[in-house]
Amino acid sequence: MPSREPDSPQTGGGFDPSAFEGILSKLGHGGHLGMRYRAHGIGWVEMELPYSDRLVGDVESGILASGPIISLMDNATSLSVWTAIGEFRPQVTLDLRVDYMRPATPGKTVIGRGECYKVTRSMAFVRGIAHDGDPDDPVAHVAGTFIRVDNFLG
Amino acid sequence: MSTDPDIAAILGFMPPFAETMGITVDHLRNGLPVMAFDYGPHVMGRPGFLHGGAMSGLMEIAAIAALRVTVAAEEPAVRIKPVNITISFMRGGREARTYALGEVTRIGRRVANVEAKAWQDDPAKPIATIFMNFLLSSPRPA
Repeated sequence: MPSREPDSPQTGGGFDPSAFEGILSKLGHGGHLGMRYRAHGIGWVEMELPYSDRLVGDVESGILASGPIISLMDNATSLSVWTAIGEFRPQVTLDLRVDYMRPATPGKTVIGRGECYKVTRSMAFVRGIAHDGDPDDPVAHVAGTFIRVDNFLG
Repeated sequence: MSTDPDIAAILGFMPPFAETMGITVDHLRNGLPVMAFDYGPHVMGRPGFLHGGAMSGLMEIAAIAALRVTVAAEEPAVRIKPVNITISFMRGGREARTYALGEVTRIGRRVANVEAKAWQDDPAKPIATIFMNFLLSSPRPA
């Protein structure tokens, strides 16, 4: 599975999450954790979270806390909705489920790939994985829903 | 439970991530820690609102702390490993101090089911809740 694809006017419709990069990497919670934009296409976005001692959940093992993985996947799936519909429309997370399949390897960057697989007038359905190099050996799997402040379609 | 845990002891097992998020023990309620962080850029999502991931991180820490305190009363050496988390977002978090409290629903031989909720001004009006499943294991070699 390619983790990087060339950006072009065709990928991501009319919404370009890389333009968010400057904001995401400096301001707010994502920036505080060191989160960065990585790649995107229509209906999907990849964000990455470089390893940091500040994000460790278990000092003995050096394993990352699970909280930053939630934040990474919340951002990646949230952005994927806008690349699916081709524009920014205000939305809020209704729910999110994260399955922790294995600990992230200490020292490695965690990559979060979010996909939006269905949009209705009010709802966007998303899923995604977090991995640390091999998408076939994920760290976490997520599924969630976003609700639009107005309508997604029309 | 006979004695309340020491807040310093709870802070003692908080990971670096909790410190990075500015998470502290605000007070104890029925022996369980109410965790909190103040609003700031480090927990901001869209301008003026709390980031969903930041709320989730706070609730997850509260759930783990509640489980640790509960488990410590019986089997202090047991290891806990989060398996999954389901988060429901109910209200947008505003620019205010946010609290979270965990509650252990059940501790079985291998699995613990834990809930937590987050609120700002009024505990009766949660902004989000979580359900978590944890795997419990003995540190002793099999």
